[in-house]
Amino acid sequence: MGQPLLEINNLQTHFNTERGRVTAVDGISFSVEKGEILGVVGESGCGKSVTAQSILRLFDEKYTASYDGEIKLQGEDLLKLSKANMEKIRGNEVSMIFQDPLSSLNPVFTIGFQLTETIRIHQKHTKQEAYQMAIELLRMTGIPSPEKRIDEYPHQLSGGMRQRVMIAMALACKPKLLIADEPTTALDVTIQAQILDLILELNEELGMAVVFITHDLGVVAEICTRVVVMYLGQVVEEANVEDLFTNPLHPYTKGLMKSIPQIEGNRSEKLNVIGGTVPALTDIPKGCRFATRCEYANDLCKEKAPDLQLHEGHHKVRCWHYADIARKEAVEHAIPTS
Amino acid sequence: MYFYILKRILSLVPVLFVVSIVAFLLIYLTPGDPVSVMLGQEASAEQIEALREQMGFNDPLYIQYFHWLLGVVQGNLGDSYFMHMPVATAIVEHLGPTLSIAVFAEIIAIIIALPVGILAAKHRGSLMDQFVMGFTLTGMAIPSFIFGLILMLVLGVKLGWLPVAGYQPLSSGFWNYLQYLLMPGLALGIIQSALIARMTRSSMLEVLNADFIKTARSKGVKERSIIYVHALRNALLPIITVVGQTFGLLLAGAVVIETIFNIPGIGQLVLNSIQSRDYAVIQGVILMVAFFYVLINLVIDLLYMLIDPRVGY
Repeated sequence: MGQPLLEINNLQTHFNTERGRVTAVDGISFSVEKGEILGVVGESGCGKSVTAQSILRLFDEKYTASYDGEIKLQGEDLLKLSKANMEKIRGNEVSMIFQDPLSSLNPVFTIGFQLTETIRIHQKHTKQEAYQMAIELLRMTGIPSPEKRIDEYPHQLSGGMRQRVMIAMALACKPKLLIADEPTTALDVTIQAQILDLILELNEELGMAVVFITHDLGVVAEICTRVVVMYLGQVVEEANVEDLFTNPLHPYTKGLMKSIPQIEGNRSEKLNVIGGTVPALTDIPKGCRFATRCEYANDLCKEKAPDLQLHEGHHKVRCWHYADIARKEAVEHAIPTS
Repeated sequence: MYFYILKRILSLVPVLFVVSIVAFLLIYLTPGDPVSVMLGQEASAEQIEALREQMGFNDPLYIQYFHWLLGVVQGNLGDSYFMHMPVATAIVEHLGPTLSIAVFAEIIAIIIALPVGILAAKHRGSLMDQFVMGFTLTGMAIPSFIFGLILMLVLGVKLGWLPVAGYQPLSSGFWNYLQYLLMPGLALGIIQSALIARMTRSSMLEVLNADFIKTARSKGVKERSIIYVHALRNALLPIITVVGQTFGLLLAGAVVIETIFNIPGIGQLVLNSIQSRDYAVIQGVILMVAFFYVLINLVIDLLYMLIDPRVGY
């Protein structure tokens, strides 16, 4: 395999808060190949959004945030770029869509202004040319009568259409990578499916790689090829989608899988929940970060943090006991308890 | 949209109606009889009674009100008992200086406040931000007349750069007009700018945290146009409101500043009229000020509509 499109090595994102410096993302490493869809999953507060926004360095580096590590886009470290060069990457090579399309579009400018702005920042086009291109982009993302819609304001569109506009904006300069930060969370289920289809379609047609941030494992199963599971600012498991769903290794991933409601089975049966809550960033456990909520945790887990280790193929996991747990479960399966 | 504008304009009518009633009644709630003041201490009871009858003070209140209102609607605010001229003429004469100072002070305030507020928001928490916050707090705490007196002492008396006090109309030449406006305008403008700068800062801070700013950044928009294009237009609504309010206050007559700088504006007119119980003038000024307030608010509402497409939709 050649050079990956995006390679993140040991990324750390720190924030200066009133209670001191916190590290929201602590040593994340993963890569994205050209044209693939990588899912990043985890609970709220696990740092998945921060990771996404760190790739484009969207946080204010002057007063609040700082980064360590490497974010290599086709071999070039984005963290070393000047401000002006970083602006050339954003929206051009790598673009991003967000969770809530209503608040993510500027309410006082027309759709057309916001679209042509992106086009004209990165490419030399006259206003008329950019306007025509914007109409084409709207058409491509499935917005009916784009000639009319282009002069409207965000509040005049429906939620699904707004997200289509966001996607059109992100596609304006044919980026190599699209970062989708929970793009369907704020939408109705039917609209969600349409937007997912659109992203899949564009991924196939344009060969654009996607980093898909979500907490919804159903969505992951549907569109991703590979998955990274995050917990408290770290990657705890990384695998191909099939491997992750058929053979989750990390106790946290197992917990996530079990907490998906099943259509079969007993209604009176309680949904599995992972006990406890995510510890605060100011109060990170000394050993394994999941130890406070893990049923398998022992003294080793509480004392010493495990590394992300290779299980087999591309399957990586950050757990001391994953092999023991897997063995134990295999035995339990073989001999059903009473 | 036109319906919205029409609705806004029509909604002014009841407001003005209520104001007119209050303006009319206010006079009757304050102690002192204009007739006895007019005629002096030696006037006999018969003389006073005759004048009261002549001026209609003996009619029932609502008849007096409707007589007065009928005149007001036709632009007749009555006559001043003491200046011996129509109230409307007196107000127009005094409006020039007040309007000049108000506009001038407001321009100064905006020129100072907007950049300062934006900069403070952009560099939130920095030394400069803290300086701006401290400075504006001081500005809001100092009465404008103290600042006016300091200016007068330094620029007028010590340095002799500007005339100490007085007013010259625009017809006397632009520089002549301007040099009399500079000090009162600065005194009022700088003080007003403190409030506007603070509002600009907080409004910008709020907008800069919005999701669409992150979107703009993720599109590769330059920091400068994020601030001045994407954020500023969204932050403008509360700023415009404050500007409108301060402008309304300035129009009501900066009584103290006008007195210090001896400017024959609305403030002085009101002061003199109150001292001499010149009821017609007081009523006229109250009406005028209310009318301007309402007008300013209308303009603000229409500006809202221009700036934010969601308003009036």
